Amino acid sequence: MILDIGFETMPREDLEAIILRRLKTTIDRVYSNIPFYRKNFEENNLSPNDIQSLEDLKRIPFTTKKDLRDNYPFGMFAVPMETVVRIHASSGTTGKPTVVGYTARDVNTWSELMARSLAAGGATREDIIHNAYGYGLFTGGLGIHYGAEKLGASVIPVSGGNTKRQIVIMKDFGPTILTATPSYALHLAEVAEEMGVSFKDLKFKYGIFGAEPWSEKMREEIERKMNLIAVDIYGLSEVIGPGVAIECHEAKRGLHIFEDHFIPEIIDPVSGEVLPYGETGELVFTTITKEAFPVIRYRTRDITSLNPEPCICGRTHIRMNRVSGRTDDMLIIRGVNVFPSQIESVLMEMDAAEPHYQLVVDREDNLDTMTVLLEVGESLFSDEVKHLQNREKKIATNIKDYLGVSARVKLVEPKTIARSEGKAVRVIDNRKI
Amino acid sequence: MRAEQISVFLENKAGRLAEVTAILGEAGVNIRALAVADTSDFGVLRLIVDDNAKAVASLKNHGFTVSKTDVVAVEVEDRPGGLHRILGILHKAEINVEYMYAFVQHSGKNAVMIFRIDNIADAVKILEEHKVTVIDGNKVYTM
Repeated sequence: MILDIGFETMPREDLEAIILRRLKTTIDRVYSNIPFYRKNFEENNLSPNDIQSLEDLKRIPFTTKKDLRDNYPFGMFAVPMETVVRIHASSGTTGKPTVVGYTARDVNTWSELMARSLAAGGATREDIIHNAYGYGLFTGGLGIHYGAEKLGASVIPVSGGNTKRQIVIMKDFGPTILTATPSYALHLAEVAEEMGVSFKDLKFKYGIFGAEPWSEKMREEIERKMNLIAVDIYGLSEVIGPGVAIECHEAKRGLHIFEDHFIPEIIDPVSGEVLPYGETGELVFTTITKEAFPVIRYRTRDITSLNPEPCICGRTHIRMNRVSGRTDDMLIIRGVNVFPSQIESVLMEMDAAEPHYQLVVDREDNLDTMTVLLEVGESLFSDEVKHLQNREKKIATNIKDYLGVSARVKLVEPKTIARSEGKAVRVIDNRKI
Repeated sequence: MRAEQISVFLENKAGRLAEVTAILGEAGVNIRALAVADTSDFGVLRLIVDDNAKAVASLKNHGFTVSKTDVVAVEVEDRPGGLHRILGILHKAEINVEYMYAFVQHSGKNAVMIFRIDNIADAVKILEEHKVTVIDGNKVYTM
């Protein structure tokens, strides 16, 4: 179902006029209210008046995660704190998270976009939505939740974890829509099977899955095991959260980006040059309706391509293809973004010497696992086993506390971690997605 | 009155212990006593050898993490209750034994045990007060 026929099926020409008008307003606002953007403009001899067409957007420098970190926590907010009603945060590349804020209108915008997304994925107000995305600082849980309420559906805020209880709820409450990370969906399927519960006896019709990379193969598996139609959803907290782009269940071929709110570009990650439609590169977003936390040409580090072809569903908004990778070393472990540098910070905090470590990521029973291999140097070593075991435990606890992901810590002998041209290989990702 | 033990970090992988014994053998180092404490992932090999400097240097050269720890070598009467008597003395003095292991060689009629104790000075004093023989390090290495 198309929730907002007016905007979602608007002829391109009209849509582009609205996009330009909104872009100009946003540029004016960030220039006046956020010192970072004003400085960026001034250093490039740009003034807001120079942005007269969508083409002109290219003249503005990119914004990166580092810029957000440099302005931590609230330096990129365009409104005074008294008008901010919500704060979310995601992983930063170091110890500090990336912080985003929302005004009441932003929360409303987000809810509308999520309601549109749920509708595109098959949900209506008659549906019961089993929302297994994590609630909290992570935008997944609350984003879906507000969208479901906006749509008028019934939402079960079950969040992540307690898998057996989730199966019982599925059986007893009869939810018709499942929202979760795709790997957790498969885990739910597996646990249900162990409990003797068949998805054929449950009432699910559609599933809306995202927050981590997945594949057509996983889609087939989920659809087969869970007896539902699975669509892909995309978003990131820096842009708004989930609800930036959604696949329509009619086509299931690429995710419509809500262009009346976000301008996508694909760039060459090395040269920064804007690439034509169809070419694969890094996805960049400019928000054009957000009040508290607008971003201009924000580099997502996600690799994909854009597809301008008309879609059978009737939406005129451009589609992005599945995200195929990252231009940085970020990992997504059970929906949580993890940078190796964050693990390094935790290790450094515990041991003054430079840690030699490696992250090994696997998928066991459809759940991601991360093992931190740490070489035992003299400063870490003890002749007492219990001291070494305490070290392992302490590191695992700190990783859980700082990053919110569980990790297994394994001590290994010096020089056993593979080095490539003298540089340690930091990540081994064995997941087959 | 203390002896020096060397400890080596080992992963629980086939052949790691043999690797250490090969290195020490080639370096001409004689192992006097040894004990391994292990978990499912790793182990700590503790050794009393006849030449600590040579052992440490050769193991480090081969990339092993090695540390040195002071331990006490104690003569234990080779009869029922012999070890119990010594543990009783230490327990009464509230001296905690982290771990211990047996020495291959006897000292006269007595067995020799290596004790890893935090407060070595107090332990030696109390043992000697009870007429327990604590063997000097230099003697242990070449016994």
